[in-house]
Amino acid sequence: MKIIVLLKRVPDTEARILINQEGTGIREDDIKFVINPYDEYAIEEGLRLKEKVGGDSKVTVVCIGSEESAELIRTALAMGADDAVHVCDPALKKPGPFTSGAILAKVLQDEGFDIVFCGKQAIDDDMAQVQAITAEILDIPQVNVAVVFEISDDHSSAVLNRRIEGGDERVETKLPVIISCEKGLNEPRYASLPGIMKAKKKEIRKKTLADLGFDSAPGGGRSEILKWFPLPKGGECKMVEAEEIKDAAAELVKLLREEAKVL
Amino acid sequence: MLNFDLAEEQQILRESVRDFAENEIKPIAEELDEKEEFSLDLVKKMAGMGLFGMFVSEEYGGIDAGYISYVIAVEELSRIDGSAAATVAAANSLGIGPIFYYGSEEQKQEWLPKLCTGETLASFGLTEPNAGSDAGATQTTAELKDGEWTINGSKIFITNSASPISGLIIVQAKTGVTSKGKNELSCILVPNDTPGVTAKEMHGKMMWRSSNTGELYFEDVRVPEKNLLGEKGTGFRQMLATLDRGRLAIAAMGLGGAQGAFELALTYSKERNQFGRTISSFQANAFKLADMAMEIEAARNLLYKACWLCDEGRPFSMEAAMAKLYCSEVMRRVVNEAVQIHGGYGLMREYQVERFFRDQKLLEIGEGTSEIQRIVIARKLGCFE
Ligand SMILES: Cc1cc2nc3c(=O)[nH]c(=O)nc-3n(C[C@H](O)[C@H](O)[C@H](O)COP(=O)(O)OP(=O)(O)OC[C@H]3O[C@@H](n4cnc5c(N)ncnc54)[C@H](O)[C@@H]3O)c2cc1C
Ligand SMILES: Cc1cc2nc3c(=O)[nH]c(=O)nc-3n(C[C@H](O)[C@H](O)[C@H](O)COP(=O)(O)OP(=O)(O)OC[C@H]3O[C@@H](n4cnc5c(N)ncnc54)[C@H](O)[C@@H]3O)c2cc1C
Repeated sequence: MKIIVLLKRVPDTEARILINQEGTGIREDDIKFVINPYDEYAIEEGLRLKEKVGGDSKVTVVCIGSEESAELIRTALAMGADDAVHVCDPALKKPGPFTSGAILAKVLQDEGFDIVFCGKQAIDDDMAQVQAITAEILDIPQVNVAVVFEISDDHSSAVLNRRIEGGDERVETKLPVIISCEKGLNEPRYASLPGIMKAKKKEIRKKTLADLGFDSAPGGGRSEILKWFPLPKGGECKMVEAEEIKDAAAELVKLLREEAKVL
Repeated sequence: MLNFDLAEEQQILRESVRDFAENEIKPIAEELDEKEEFSLDLVKKMAGMGLFGMFVSEEYGGIDAGYISYVIAVEELSRIDGSAAATVAAANSLGIGPIFYYGSEEQKQEWLPKLCTGETLASFGLTEPNAGSDAGATQTTAELKDGEWTINGSKIFITNSASPISGLIIVQAKTGVTSKGKNELSCILVPNDTPGVTAKEMHGKMMWRSSNTGELYFEDVRVPEKNLLGEKGTGFRQMLATLDRGRLAIAAMGLGGAQGAFELALTYSKERNQFGRTISSFQANAFKLADMAMEIEAARNLLYKACWLCDEGRPFSMEAAMAKLYCSEVMRRVVNEAVQIHGGYGLMREYQVERFFRDQKLLEIGEGTSEIQRIVIARKLGCFE
């Protein structure tokens, strides 16, 4: 079985994010980057599926990203993935979701696949569109926000639980399919030290846009990010205290009228 | 050609061990320390990460990652918990190291694979009640008769020697007298389950409370002649070289412990308000934090250089002694001020910095006290000639 996992390099959830002076992006000099946390569930699910199916199953990581993404791709290989495709091109500074989708669709077609796992969204720009666009271009099913995944005995279909508001939705899908993964699907493994040493010898195939047959970044011209800016600082919080609840309410009304001037 | 970049695999290794330590060790460290409990479950998890046998070649079950990688792993464990780091450092440097470097092919085949999977721990029995810093004053004897060694004596403070998975003790014993009238010392492999071996777990430690420390007694213990490690009479040299490499790991514990305590202090100082400001904004505290960061940086550079010399196969024993001495003393200064920055809370168990404060002290004593490190360095400088 040919399993593909999509991976994106994003700022660490704990990093202090500051927008650069020009408003064109974030300040990257001092922050740590990690594998998109939801992609870790995708890697783990891909590895588990490979271990379950056995045979000549293979997990290939696909990443669009700068040179710096290589270390994170290597981390996924250290966790146990077999090889990787790294799409890296100076023309791809901040690819929008349609650009990424078009590139990924091409890579997936070239590589061939039975199933694709990815995170339910990247935690940097939170667009959650790439998997849908990729699936649409390839005209295959997609199932999002998976928390349970079970492959059928003949490997031609899968049953999944999707996490929805207040419950789970059980879905059956045919393969090939793109599945986006949610926290709770599994517990991602650590890259073990022997795994890290083995990963040194695994292949990362680097591709430019030209290698993929594109003259320029595909899928542009739809929407464009104009500017980034921080939210205005929130006002001071004032706690109203009183012995009796009705006195507190009276005080609150007074403050809303006289200080906040909203009543 | 000066280059301070770590290899990609070393950066991945640091991140991975850091994640492991934060998720698997941090939540249990305080309780294990409180109960003075050596956790077999944690040893198993650390083994699963591949933390045993890091510098051993692949044919014996290791990963051949070199000393910089090994030291980074120990550093990251120590950043969270000294006891867990001690288990790994002693198992590698003192248990696995001597067999890998001096063992016969048969000894390596027999012991290294199971030591590298962590199912068995080996320990290094050097220290005795009457032979501490004076490690050549060994009183334990081994007599060769009819193809067997008969060992009598005792050892004290031996890490990883008295747990349910402790399988082998490398015993330094007196096997004769040299032509100069000194003790002739040799190392002999003694399985823990040999009749006549008693291993007693030592309790009541101030530090490394969840690491395993044993007191060992040997009463007419008989092992085959082939259990001799290397040649007869080379035990003292083997021990000195083992300690040279071991010091790199002890230094890593000082470095990682200092880093951990520093981070706790930095975070706390930015959250704690007094006099209407964060305490980090008082210059008195800000300068302490600046000094900590500076000393940790210097310690890391010294230690990594010593490891680099070792990996390159160059002489490194003076630098190893310097790194061990400096890193443990940096950690002492850092933990002291880190507790100070925590004020009264720094003295309470609930705030982890208290454990770092206790765990630090061993580093100035184990594998050669700070005084002994100064002797080693001064000797290299020719001071005693
Ligand atoms: C938790 C723990 C784990 C340990 N693990 C192991 C282990 O796995 N294997 C092992 O073999 N040992 C182990 N040890 C023993 C350790 O190596 C010794 O405790 C250490 O070498 C010091 O010996 P000592 O305790 O007998 O102190 P002593 O040698 O009695 O020293 C007491 C003091 O005198 C000073 N001193 C001694 N000689 C001199 C001198 N010539 N000049 C100046 N000052 C001097 C020392 O620096 C020290 O301050 C462990 C110890 C502990 C506490
Ligand atoms: C065992 C014990 C017994 C105690 N007994 C009593 C008792 O009986 N009665 C009682 O009332 N209290 C008692 N205390 C409390 C003790 O007096 C306080 O812990 C102490 O005053 C420090 O306050 P803090 O812990 O809040 O630290 P903080 O005031 O938060 O100080 C934290 C750190 O910031 C530094 N710092 C704070 N402000 C400044 C500044 N302006 N400039 C530079 N540095 C600054 C401090 O020096 C310290 O290093 C006790 C504490 C302990 C641990």
